[in-house]
Amino acid sequence: MGQISLPITIRNVTKAYGGFRALDNVSLDVASGEFLTLLGPSGSGKTTLLNVLAGFIRPDSGKVLFGENDITLTPPHKRDIGMVFQNYALFPHMTVAGNLAYPLKLRRVSRAEIEERVRRALDIVQLSGFEDRHVDQLSGGQKQRVALARAIIFEPRVVLMDEPLSALDKKLREHMQIEVRHLHQRLGMTTVYVTHDQREALTMSDRIAVIDKGRFRQIDKPRDIYERPRSRFIAEFIGESYFLPVTVSGTEAVFGGQKLRLAETPFSTSPSQFLVIRPEKLKIVTTGEDTSGLNLFRGRVKELVYQGETLLISVELPGGEEIGVRQPTSSAAPPPPEAGAEVVVGLAFDDTIIVPDEN
Amino acid sequence: MAAVADYISKAGENAVELKAQARAESLKLASLTLPGLLIIAVIVLVPIAWLFWLSFRSGDAFTFEHYERLLHPSYLSSLQTTFELSFLVTGLCIVLGYPVAYLMTQVRERMAALLMMFVLFPVWTSLLVRCYAWLVLLQRRGIVNNWLLDVGLIDAPLRLMHNFTGTTIGMVHIMLPFMVLPLYASMRAISRDYMKAAANLGASPVQAFWQIFVPLSLPGLAAGIIIVFVLCLGFYVTPALLGGGRVMMWSMQIERNVTYYSDWGAASALGVVLLVMTLAVLWLVGRVIGFDKMLGAK
Repeated sequence: MGQISLPITIRNVTKAYGGFRALDNVSLDVASGEFLTLLGPSGSGKTTLLNVLAGFIRPDSGKVLFGENDITLTPPHKRDIGMVFQNYALFPHMTVAGNLAYPLKLRRVSRAEIEERVRRALDIVQLSGFEDRHVDQLSGGQKQRVALARAIIFEPRVVLMDEPLSALDKKLREHMQIEVRHLHQRLGMTTVYVTHDQREALTMSDRIAVIDKGRFRQIDKPRDIYERPRSRFIAEFIGESYFLPVTVSGTEAVFGGQKLRLAETPFSTSPSQFLVIRPEKLKIVTTGEDTSGLNLFRGRVKELVYQGETLLISVELPGGEEIGVRQPTSSAAPPPPEAGAEVVVGLAFDDTIIVPDEN
Repeated sequence: MAAVADYISKAGENAVELKAQARAESLKLASLTLPGLLIIAVIVLVPIAWLFWLSFRSGDAFTFEHYERLLHPSYLSSLQTTFELSFLVTGLCIVLGYPVAYLMTQVRERMAALLMMFVLFPVWTSLLVRCYAWLVLLQRRGIVNNWLLDVGLIDAPLRLMHNFTGTTIGMVHIMLPFMVLPLYASMRAISRDYMKAAANLGASPVQAFWQIFVPLSLPGLAAGIIIVFVLCLGFYVTPALLGGGRVMMWSMQIERNVTYYSDWGAASALGVVLLVMTLAVLWLVGRVIGFDKMLGAK
C-alpha cells in the first residue's frame, strides 16, 4: 500500500463563533509525508482546524491546499482524506469487513479487489480473521485498529486523526502510539494528528504545532518544543516546569543577584523573563563534586515525595521560590537528602533556558 | 505471621448479613412494582381470560359457533378493510412522519422543541374533538372543498368524508405523533460522527442518508410501525365518525355485537381474533428486526 502523499498548506484561516475566534488567522505548512501534531488545551481551536481540513467546518476566510489544489470550497466527500474519529465512528450496522469495504464500494472498486484490500488492511492492523465480526463485539483497541484501517484502506493522500487514542486505557494507548507511528513510517501518508496529551505528541510527531486561543504558539520538532520552549506558555503546557523570575539585559540574565550562564542568548529583549526549571534536569550537587558547567542554586529541602520511578524533592530557595528536583529512585542513584537539609542544586548551562512571559 | 492467620480465620465474616441486606434491598424494589403488576393482572389478564372463555360458550355448552360465524363474508370484508386501512395509514405515517422526525434532528434545539410542540399538541387534544374538527373541514361544503373550488382545482365538491378517504385522513392525523416520537428518539441517538465519517469516506449526502442514516434509524421506524399498526387494527372512534358507517372496521363489528345483539359470545370471539392478529403482527416484526431491537434494548 504505497501511497502518494501530499503537502498541506493552510493560509490565513479564520473561524469565529460570535465574538469567539476559534481560529485566528492561522497559517501552517505540513510537508508531504510528515506526521504533524496539533497540540493544545481544550477549546484551543485544534479540533476546529482539523474539521476545517476535513471540510466539516466552513472557515470564515482563508485557504486550504492539498498539494496544488485549493480545496477550501470542496465538500468533504470529495476531499479524499482518511479520518480517524475520537469515538471511532464505526458503522454499527455493518461488520468489520463492511466498514472497511464501504469507502471502496463508494469508489466502485471491483468485488475481488475489495476483498483483497480488506484482507490486506486487516493484516496491517493485525486483525486478520476479524472480517465478519460486528463492531460491538470488538474491544476498544480493536475498534481503534479497524477505524485506522478504514481511514487508510482507500489510500488517501492525507490522514487526519482526532484524539483517536483518548478513549483507551494508558497501557494500550502507549502501545497504540507506537503502532500508529510505525504505520505512518510504513505508509508515509501526510498525517495531521490532534491531541491534548503532550506526551503523546512528543512520542509520535515529526513536528508539533502548539495552538492556543486560535493561534499557533510554537511549531517545532518535539525535542525543540520541550528543550527550547519559546514562551512561558509552551514551557508550562509541555512537561513539568517551575519558573524563576530573571532580569535580562542584553545577553545577560540575572536571578536573585546571581548571573546565569545560558544555553543561548535570549531571543526576547524583554527585561523581565523567566528561567525554566525542568525538575529532571536538576541535580543535587554533593560536596567535592565537579560543578564546572553548572549554574548553582542554594536552598533548603522542604519535602520529599516518592512517586515510583522518581523522587520529587521540593527545594526552597533563599528568596522563597520553590523548585522541584527529580531524582531516580534507583539504588545506584546518590542517596537523597533529608528534609530540612541545606543543599546545592545544579543546572547545566545547556539546560538553562530563558523565556519571555508571552509570545 | 500470626496476624495473617488471624485474617484467614476471619474470612467470610459478615457474609450472611451482607447477603441478607442485598436480598432485603431487592425485595423493597420489587414491592414498589407490585401495585402496578396487580392492576395489570386484575384489569387486563383476568378480563382477557374471561372473554376467551366466553367465546367458546353458548348457553352452558362448549361451542365453536362464534368462530364459525366469523367466516361469513361480512366479517371477512371487515377484516380486509381493517388490514387495508391499517397498512395504508401506517404507510402514510412513515412517508409523512420520517421527514418531520429527520427535520427535528437537524435544526437547533429550540426549533426542535417547537416542532415537538406541534407534534404533541394534537395528542393533548381530545380525540373526539379532533374527529369532529375533521368533519367540519372535510364536509361537502367544508373548508377544504370550498378552498379547492375557489382555487379552481376542482369543479364539484369532493366526497372527503363518510368513506375510506375521510377515515384515512383522520386516522393518519391521529396516528402521526405515534410514528414521529419513536422515530425522533432513535434518530437523535444517531451520532453525527457517523454522517461525518460517511462523508469523509466519500459518500455524498444522499448516499450517506440512505446507506448510513436510514439503516441506523430502523429500530425507531420499527417501533413506530408497530405502535401505529397495532393501534390501527383496534381503532374505533375515528373510523366510526369519519367513515359514517361505510367503513366497517373489526372493532365496529365488536361494538355491534355487544350493543345491538347483546351477543357477548360473538363479540368475545371477535376480540380474541383481534388479539391473536395483533400478537401475530408483533411476532412477525420481531422475527424480521429482532425482538430485542423491537423492545428498545440495543
